[in-house]
Amino acid sequence: MAPIEGVPATPPPAPEVPLHRALGIADDELAAIRVKLGRDPNDLELAMFSVMWSEHCSYKSSRPLLRTLPTRGEGVVAGPGENAGVIDIGDGLGVAFKIESHNHPSAVEPYQGAATGVGGILRDIFTMGARPIAVLDALRFGDPADARTRHLVDGVVRGVGGYGNCVGVPTVGGELVFDPSYAGNPLVNVMAIGLLPLERLTLASAPGPGNLVVLFGSTTGRDGIGGASVLASATFTHDDPSKRPSVQVGDPFAEKLLIEASLELIEGGLVEGLQDLGAGGITCATSELADRGRTGMLVDLDAIPRREPGMAPFEVMISESQERMCAVVRPERLAAVEAVCGRWGLPAAVIGRVTDDGDIAIVTGGLTDRGRPGPAGREIARIPAAALTSDAIVHDRLATPPARRREAPAPGPAEPGPSNGEGLPERGMDPGAVLLALVGGPNLASRRWVTDQYDSTVQTNTVVGPGHGAAVLRVKGTTKALVASTDANHAVGAIDPWLGAALSVAEATRNVAITGARPLGVTNCLNYGDPTRPEAFWQLSEAVRGLGDACRALGLPVTGGNVSLYNESPAGAIAPTPEIGVVGLLEDVGLLVGPAFADVGDAVVLVGECTPGLAGSAYADLAGVASEDGPPALDLDRELAVQRFIREAIARGLVE
Amino acid sequence: MTVRVGVVVFPGSNCDTDTLRGLELAGAESVPLWHEVADLGGVAAVVLPGGFAYGDYLRAGVIARFSPVMRSVAAFAADGGLVLGICNGFQVLAEAGLVPGALLRNRGLRFLGRDVHVVPERLDTPFTRALPDRRPLRLPIAHGEGCYYADDATLDALEADGQVIFRYVQADGRPARANDAEANPNGSLRAIAGVVARGGNVAGLMPHPERAVEGILGSDDGLAILRSLVDSAAERSSGSVPVVVGAR
Repeated sequence: MAPIEGVPATPPPAPEVPLHRALGIADDELAAIRVKLGRDPNDLELAMFSVMWSEHCSYKSSRPLLRTLPTRGEGVVAGPGENAGVIDIGDGLGVAFKIESHNHPSAVEPYQGAATGVGGILRDIFTMGARPIAVLDALRFGDPADARTRHLVDGVVRGVGGYGNCVGVPTVGGELVFDPSYAGNPLVNVMAIGLLPLERLTLASAPGPGNLVVLFGSTTGRDGIGGASVLASATFTHDDPSKRPSVQVGDPFAEKLLIEASLELIEGGLVEGLQDLGAGGITCATSELADRGRTGMLVDLDAIPRREPGMAPFEVMISESQERMCAVVRPERLAAVEAVCGRWGLPAAVIGRVTDDGDIAIVTGGLTDRGRPGPAGREIARIPAAALTSDAIVHDRLATPPARRREAPAPGPAEPGPSNGEGLPERGMDPGAVLLALVGGPNLASRRWVTDQYDSTVQTNTVVGPGHGAAVLRVKGTTKALVASTDANHAVGAIDPWLGAALSVAEATRNVAITGARPLGVTNCLNYGDPTRPEAFWQLSEAVRGLGDACRALGLPVTGGNVSLYNESPAGAIAPTPEIGVVGLLEDVGLLVGPAFADVGDAVVLVGECTPGLAGSAYADLAGVASEDGPPALDLDRELAVQRFIREAIARGLVE
Repeated sequence: MTVRVGVVVFPGSNCDTDTLRGLELAGAESVPLWHEVADLGGVAAVVLPGGFAYGDYLRAGVIARFSPVMRSVAAFAADGGLVLGICNGFQVLAEAGLVPGALLRNRGLRFLGRDVHVVPERLDTPFTRALPDRRPLRLPIAHGEGCYYADDATLDALEADGQVIFRYVQADGRPARANDAEANPNGSLRAIAGVVARGGNVAGLMPHPERAVEGILGSDDGLAILRSLVDSAAERSSGSVPVVVGAR
């Protein structure tokens, strides 16, 4: 056989690494798997555990922390654990929203990484029965002078636009931040918002043994094999071409069809449960559906439509091929479901049945009508659904503050300070030049060069689009508007992760409040380092504490989110980045206060106090002020008072 | 009686709902026309909306033109029926040869989503008759392939025949300058934003009038374009005054 260029004539010798470690499963985790199964897992089962027990799918390091967050609140219809949070906004309507990361895929292949990040979060929204109405993208990169950064920015921005523009969901806000800590590990966090009639709220659960499991949308291929475990759950070394197959490839046209077909299925009352396929692919979708429905599932491997021949069972089960959905359907409604999918040109296949034994069982060789392996069939995997999802492993990680750290300022009344610039270091800098340098710098300059690449007006709801503190979307058929913002304070987070997270909540809610809207709830994307490093895990745990403290003080529920760990490169870990997404409700869009000076002669009023700390500010970055100066203090009670004051002043018509 | 206007829904159309709604605001009864159904259901006018028909992976509009509904739209147009293509709809009409010219990738090779200003070159067409004057209209664009192109001879003929109906201009109405990326961001030749076919009954434009139909959205300048179409369709269906606009 002629050698193929670039391919060794003989395969490289197999590394002497046990399979579980090659799949990213630690030795103690393998022991836990043996306990849960009561036996050794086979290779297919091991592969299924590897994606489901990845940090990305299992939240095995962060779950104990996330349990401390406030999740209940006025109008919360769906909270953490569902695909997206849902809050009642009156008039029989609910708003669904969630933010998620696609950091590591975007570092490998920026266009597809960002595009599929948009696709994934949109599926989380319409899986709930909501029509996606807006996307916000929160992007963070290294030094813009660096050619690699520019390559990543260009690809990510085109990817966000290429997907969102095509599916017809406007990109209405977000942020773009440059900081050297993101040079080897950019952050691509995408938030999506949807609107639904509350009676159409659909949960991702598989009730009713005997119901059919229908996979519809794109076929299953080899793309994105192990994306969750390979990419999202390991420290990122460098641009490694061998990881490229782990990056999923997006097809926004298929997603658009999937949106329409899924909403039509829900509207027609044709599905009992619906789950999108994201990280972990079919393994994740089937086990989550079964676990939430307290049922089991029998999956016929051979019935899963493939994109290419010769795929191994594990490849089929963990493939992260995009634009696929899994529906639970009563047998008598199958024909109607197939008709809807057919109308939208989407392949649909019955791949299994809901069972009552609590297990995910994979069968090859065919199922009989009664949902058992046929004469030629054999079972190749059987795992309790809970072991893959709600009962997955949890790690108690060690959290240790760095030695240099001072005590975090306790939440409480901040010392009022002068706002006359007394705290400015004497550097002989001309204030005018400082101002120009600040507003002309990459972090404050106009973002039109990015936002002009996004369709921000499709669906005709956009009242305030990108480039302002918060986006405003009117709700057709009502007087209301939804207001949304994403914010993260990484600079303060690097000094004090509690304060960084709390300030991020304060800023995002303030951006919503200054339009006159009342914040409804918080979604969050926590971007941190390797949780097995005690200092990185301390940053995460402090941030979750700050997030919880701020949300409790402001009376806001956390309705969901995403944790992205291992955001590290050889150059070091990223600055801790708690990206906060807030959605608010403006009862009367006619009272909206715009983000611009209205008339010459109007008084300009500064509300609240300035505290002396400058560390973590844009000025500190510019002037090279060290962190000894201390970050600004945050008084959460005061923050709440300021936001209430602004809302009331706007409601009384006192603000232009 | 309210006039019925059809909006074609291709797989991948994403402005169909906005267009149906905009036409209702302009006084029509709007109905979706599914791409697989050749029967136009007796509508008085057809709009091809924006989006990414069939994904537009190969080239915008190139697959949509072969759909069953487009055979009927072509016959409807040949019969003098009113057809308006907006954004992707314009691309489909150009691919189908129902309007002159082609839409190439934007000059900067990037998708552009922002507001532009256009002036109506004529106020006597079925698509512009409700506009009060030739003041510039503020309309959103959202496209990757909107650079209008035709060879010089064709462009000269279009100008001479009055087939250019919308042109990108500066905000104050002055003509776009050469290489004026602010006024004519996609680099369209002669700053052409919209054209009408020789028969006067088929038009395409890149900006989105259906997204500029209410003040709360930042502009309602697009409503008069949709109202022009609806009024013209109503007159034709009632058979009162046949509006035939050919070469001027």
